[in-house]
Amino acid sequence: MRKNIRIILGFALSLLVLVAQAQNPKGKYGTFALTNATIQTVTKGIIQNGTVIISNGKITAVGTNVTIPQGAEQIDCKGQWIFPGMIDGGTRLGTVEVSSVARTVDNNEVGDIIPQMKALTAVNPNSALIPVTRVSGVTTVLSAPEGGLLPGTAALINLHGYTPDQMYAGFEGIVMNFPSTGRRGFFDRRTEEDIKKAADKAMQKINDAWEKAIQYHKLDSATKGKGVSYYPEMQALMPVVRGEQLLMIEVDASKDIQAALKWVKEKKVKRVVLCGVQDGWRVADEIAKAGIPVITGPVQAVPSREYDRYDRAYANAGLMKKAGVTVAIRTANAENVRNLPYHAAYAAAYGLGKEEALRSITIVPAEIFGVADKLGSIEVGKSATLFVSDGDPMETKTNIKQVFIDGWQIPMVSRHTQFYDEFLKRDPGVSKTQK
Amino acid sequence: MKKILSSLFLLALLSPAWAQVQRGNLLIKNGTVITITKGNLENTDVLVKDGKISQIGKGIVAPTGYQVIDATGMHVMPGIIDAHSHIGLSTINEATQPNTAQVWTGDAVDPMDVSIYRALAGGVTISHAMHGSANAIGGQCETIKHRYGTIDAEVMKMEGAPRTIKFALGENPTRVHGEGNSIVPRTRMGVEFVIREAFSEAKEYMQAWDAYNAAKGQKGFRGTPPVYDGRKETIADILKGNIIIHCHSYRADEIYMLLRVCKDFGIKKLVFQHVNEGFKVAPELAEYGAMASVFADWWAYKFEVYYSTAYNAAILTKNGVVTSINSDSEELIRHLYHEAAKTQKYGGLSDEEALALITINPAKQLGIDSRVGSLEVGKEADIAIFKGHPLSTFTIPMITVVDGLVRFDREKDADDQRIYVDPKQVVDNATFHEYKHNHDNCLEGAEMTMTKLFGLN
Repeated sequence: MRKNIRIILGFALSLLVLVAQAQNPKGKYGTFALTNATIQTVTKGIIQNGTVIISNGKITAVGTNVTIPQGAEQIDCKGQWIFPGMIDGGTRLGTVEVSSVARTVDNNEVGDIIPQMKALTAVNPNSALIPVTRVSGVTTVLSAPEGGLLPGTAALINLHGYTPDQMYAGFEGIVMNFPSTGRRGFFDRRTEEDIKKAADKAMQKINDAWEKAIQYHKLDSATKGKGVSYYPEMQALMPVVRGEQLLMIEVDASKDIQAALKWVKEKKVKRVVLCGVQDGWRVADEIAKAGIPVITGPVQAVPSREYDRYDRAYANAGLMKKAGVTVAIRTANAENVRNLPYHAAYAAAYGLGKEEALRSITIVPAEIFGVADKLGSIEVGKSATLFVSDGDPMETKTNIKQVFIDGWQIPMVSRHTQFYDEFLKRDPGVSKTQK
Repeated sequence: MKKILSSLFLLALLSPAWAQVQRGNLLIKNGTVITITKGNLENTDVLVKDGKISQIGKGIVAPTGYQVIDATGMHVMPGIIDAHSHIGLSTINEATQPNTAQVWTGDAVDPMDVSIYRALAGGVTISHAMHGSANAIGGQCETIKHRYGTIDAEVMKMEGAPRTIKFALGENPTRVHGEGNSIVPRTRMGVEFVIREAFSEAKEYMQAWDAYNAAKGQKGFRGTPPVYDGRKETIADILKGNIIIHCHSYRADEIYMLLRVCKDFGIKKLVFQHVNEGFKVAPELAEYGAMASVFADWWAYKFEVYYSTAYNAAILTKNGVVTSINSDSEELIRHLYHEAAKTQKYGGLSDEEALALITINPAKQLGIDSRVGSLEVGKEADIAIFKGHPLSTFTIPMITVVDGLVRFDREKDADDQRIYVDPKQVVDNATFHEYKHNHDNCLEGAEMTMTKLFGLN
């Protein structure tokens, strides 16, 4: 009889599991104790056999001698690791669904000088790309606008929430596409002269806008905000002119990087980061001397010149770091932001080293974005935005077991896993009537 | 004597490539040899004689004159094979008609493309230099060996590799011809029609030739031969089983469509390319014996790949479909070992299964598996040597060997590996590829037509 009860119970349990799977999974908020884990804090070394307590969205305890709060859901992480959520310092995630379908691309507005266009507005919390990304341990991304010279305001978002405000991770920056003297791809067949002309013209536009922004700021300051009329472009640029907001300069070619450094110095821009920076290794000393950090990537890229060594893009981050530049890594992608740790791994193998590579996708971008008090490491008081894995997330063999964002336990489900579950053993198979 | 001389002369004329391909003698010492087909062998040597593997074992002594590579602590595996690439080609799309079976990428091989060297630097020794996907029936393709260093396009070709042809379904052919030129196909219905029509007409053409050939020897025959048609000749060769179809495809319905069409015309040699929704019809693919060459994780760059999954390769493999991982990209081709490794995260494939995706399986898809794709005595010595396990993200390809000759050596090669330098080229000429991923690379060259026609790209 007892055996029968067990069988019945087992059957009922498996039914419950089935029911649970059939529902659309939701995030879960609460108090969690992740025990017996190897904790990679990033900022304070590795803790063996440690515990992390998550409560009210925050990390409330980290260490080997931690009291588990009453009512906490205990998750045994024996043989597993805890890492801070990975941060991608430059993506289109949330604002672009299918790149080739224009109606799903919302990060590229009409106009050259439109810094007031806010990426956060266009972030679609229900993008199918978001779960695909976060189940791989990338919890936080910069969603950036593209297009003109000042195409808009980028926003840092956490990959969980039902409104942009719920996803907002506390940073916005103004993007500038520095006038480029490089080519954009095989289809760019302009002459050298045309390229230079276009770059000069673009530079003039940027300088005009910057001058106007300074005037606007002066007028605003003198009148305490009362003497200025509605001028959204200048209102958006003013915090940058004042040094209150980060200017994110997108620049790749070595001479453009030099020109950008010169421009920043001339204009006395206080808070700057260089983005892309594919030629960074060529002028690494100059970037280091300027004390400006970079967010570089994609790392898995071809060299910018036919005569460059084949592995330049892999080695770029390491070479810049060696010269003393602060380096964060980005994918510059949308649908495959999940590959961020692999970009970091390539940088690691070709000179950056594993430790620094991990920092370049955790604490370093958090510091660049001014959110290191909340993100980028496993420390008490920080946001519980982290993941549990069965190994080094930079290795493809590693599986991500658990993800927490702002203290929410994330369902480990995405379109990709759902297809796997449905189609690994498709039913019906070839014949609809025969099993 | 005169006869012998003239036939030698004729032979030389017929096979210029065979005469010029260089083959090396080599001993690779003490590596971890990943044979693919016969397991892993620790501390093992591989001896190469005249471009072929002549011995695999321990303690092999190099005959005099053999180059010796010390592979202690390294992994030695077969050269990686990319079943879908466009490198080493000066052009890829003859986009002018929905059916251009008469053209051949072998006429556009560019042995000086530095992408070939960069592919070697990622352990890739053979790639399938494919026609693009602008048309439902594109051109024939060329299988190339990465004999980088030659300036002879004939030497780059893999002598004796089976003929292949590119087909394409879905958005690309319907955009270029239906949307762009208002000719069939504009829909997936039209694509099926274009292919069925081509097969049917080629069948008639073949029958007309058969009838003519049977009759012409007969006494009193006074007929004329059918008019030669290069396009129908090619399609007829597909029907005869002499050409392998490699079909660009994404959605399950279009994949299933081509299976049915091929079944109706008795065509067996069929490989689907990209085939992002192949996992949805994996049982059908397996039953037919059709093969699949996929991306590891590309998706959502166009609408027809929005409902796909990175678990595709694993689902196909576990359903018994011969599957490979390809690049379709001058960038991706440099780290196919990493792309293959992603199947361990997405579907938990074993090391053996994952590595087969970039070696013996693509070799099967190109019909060259008796010659390459594994390390076995008698096979061609295309070999990649890695520091670290090739499926680790931290691995570094160190040496790549083609036909027993070292064609890439990380420690010894110069930074600039161009063979040809354009004297008019501006020295500081940088190209920064847009990171925006909004197409597969199969439409390269068709974009001019499309800009003109409806302002896309």
